[in-house]
Amino acid sequence: MSIEQPYIDLYNKHKQAINNNSSLVLNNARDDAFANFQRLGFPTAKEEEFLYTDLSKAFATDYGLNINALKIPINPYEVFRCGVPGIHSHLYFIVNDQFYSNLTQKSTLPQGVLIGSLKEFAKTHSDLVANYYAKIADTQHDATVAFNTAFAADGFFLYVPKGVKIENPIQLIKVMRADVDLMANSRDLIIIEEGAQANLLVCEHTIDKMNFLCNRVTEVFVGKNASYEHYKLENTHTKMTHISSLFVHQETASNVLVNEVVLHNGLTRNNVTILLNGEHAETTLCGMVIGDKTQHIDNHTFIHHAKPNCKSRELYKYVLDDSARGAFSGKILVAKDAQKTEAFQTNKNICMTKEARMNTKPQLEIYADDVKCSHGATVGQLDENALFYLRSRGISEAEARMLLMFAFVDDVIEKINVPALKDNIRLLVEKRFRGELSKCEGCASCK
Amino acid sequence: MLTIKNLHANVNGKEILKGIDLVVKPGEVHAIMGPNGSGKSTLASVLTGNPAFEITEGDISFYGKNLLDLLPEDRAREGVFLSFQYPVEIPGVSMVNFMRTAINEQRKYKGLEPMSASDFLKMMREKKEYVELDNKLANRSVNEGFSGGEKKRNEIFQMAMLEPRLSILDETDSGLDIDALRIVATGVNKLKSSENSTIVITHYQRLLDYIVPDFVHVLYKGRIVKSAGKELAYELEEKGYDWIKKELGE
Ligand SMILES: Nc1ncnc2c1ncn2[C@@H]1O[C@H](COP(=O)(O)OP(=O)(O)O)[C@@H](O)[C@H]1O
Ligand SMILES: [Mg+2]
Repeated sequence: MSIEQPYIDLYNKHKQAINNNSSLVLNNARDDAFANFQRLGFPTAKEEEFLYTDLSKAFATDYGLNINALKIPINPYEVFRCGVPGIHSHLYFIVNDQFYSNLTQKSTLPQGVLIGSLKEFAKTHSDLVANYYAKIADTQHDATVAFNTAFAADGFFLYVPKGVKIENPIQLIKVMRADVDLMANSRDLIIIEEGAQANLLVCEHTIDKMNFLCNRVTEVFVGKNASYEHYKLENTHTKMTHISSLFVHQETASNVLVNEVVLHNGLTRNNVTILLNGEHAETTLCGMVIGDKTQHIDNHTFIHHAKPNCKSRELYKYVLDDSARGAFSGKILVAKDAQKTEAFQTNKNICMTKEARMNTKPQLEIYADDVKCSHGATVGQLDENALFYLRSRGISEAEARMLLMFAFVDDVIEKINVPALKDNIRLLVEKRFRGELSKCEGCASCK
Repeated sequence: MLTIKNLHANVNGKEILKGIDLVVKPGEVHAIMGPNGSGKSTLASVLTGNPAFEITEGDISFYGKNLLDLLPEDRAREGVFLSFQYPVEIPGVSMVNFMRTAINEQRKYKGLEPMSASDFLKMMREKKEYVELDNKLANRSVNEGFSGGEKKRNEIFQMAMLEPRLSILDETDSGLDIDALRIVATGVNKLKSSENSTIVITHYQRLLDYIVPDFVHVLYKGRIVKSAGKELAYELEEKGYDWIKKELGE
């Protein structure tokens, strides 16, 4: 039997239950997406875009799916007394694949802002959600996105109307919690209208020591002159497979920052697709990976310059120890009439051991002639001269390595614009390098 | 305090040091001179434990301890300091963090508590004065974007911070104009005491006008071929190294 077959059977048998626990807008997209998934199948290493990460294998585990949306006994506030001190965020939770609706800390948000369960807003504001839902997520060519669109019943919804600015960051904590091996498909939809502004911090955690797979899709629309920052912090155990597909659509003169930090994980595939669809739009895409043991991290990015005068900056850094595997693919496409494009991409990697492996693939496709584009990728070791210099001042070898690794990733941390978050990530990264972060901060599972 | 006996060292399988003997007593200043490539920096690297160099024969004892048994960081904590001929740039590591870590690791080694933040900053301020190090430099990454002269001053600043018992200054004068040379030399002299010793590596005599040596040694092809008082430096300045080569019958 193929890896797909159990999921095909599951869908055919339980489609009604999925629909019953979701809403019309989401349900309307299911069958087409499912047909696409059936046509595509799970991606294998035979496909160019999955050369270094065979996702089909990850789906072979016999996971349960919470098709009937049974409530999971959990108090996320208890579990996550976190996390980022002094951040003053608006706090929300996704437990596995469902929005956690039992919020006790109600935050005051500006007039007109909608925030909460995607499933619920798809009922109460169906026109708004239908206008955006599954519009930029690629269900045609991307099997995991199609799969998500077929199975996802709920997720997070954020709507910031024209001109409204949310000052404090919104924090969305996603936890995997179950007593059996579990898969979660959740879906986020974020709409930042013209001139509006918001920052979102997504934290990914695992609570129980089970095999987990999460397949998450996020669609973000950023209107004219709007500004949006998207931070993702992944700190999970090694039995987690994390697939995340982020689609960002930017209008004229909008400004977006995406910064994805992998502190600790099992197997991760992050897809980021950014479409610069209006002139003078700017985007900064960065990420950082700390991997050891047999961790596997694959960042797969695509920036599409569709209009003239846009700028993109991309910076990814990996530190890989033990037998960790890293992959980076950065495609930049500059369309024919996207003149005066500026696109710069950097991927720098350190392999601490001979067993650690990094594969990096920058890919520039430029069809316009008046552009400034560059890319650079390096894979190396820590600078031996710097190491000796530090040791010659009485700094132990371990501490010297720590300082150099920390220095190496610091420019990615510098790209975090929320001061409390920046300080916290710095602290977490330092702890991680010191080996003090075998357990994630603030989770009950870690106490 | 320092006794080097019959020291042989290789780099990449090639013998560079071919039997060095040297005794340095507390309070003494020794100058090591010699043409380019004679092994001066190699000697400094070997004394500080650079793993790129392999010791094939000989002993180094420092205050009764076998230096060759100690890791580079432990040699530093025991009080060996090298002012590098080519100080290394370390982007992303701030001078402050670097020095605080170094000081506190040294204190830990001696069984002392870490220094308080305010005491540390006070110490930084005081020690910067020794070499008139710009405040701005202290806030930057280690040596990153520093000029040649600034790097050398930074070395002496670190020396002032760490208060070593043995300082090895490897071509600290090279690339310095006369003002910078005076500042650096004054800094070194202020740090001198009857307890601690200095090895000055240079191939010019001009630094020795400021840091006056008790002994001058000539290192040539991996051996000390001549040792004398400070007058040897003037003789070398006048006659060049050919004179030594002739004496050796080359
Ligand atoms: N890392 C190294 N690898 C190979 N050869 C080296 C290395 N360091 C020094 N050498 C060689 O060792 C010899 C002595 O060099 P060095 O000690 O730097 O001389 P000095 O400081 O007296 O000018 C030179 O021939 C130099 O090329
Ligand atoms: Mg030299």
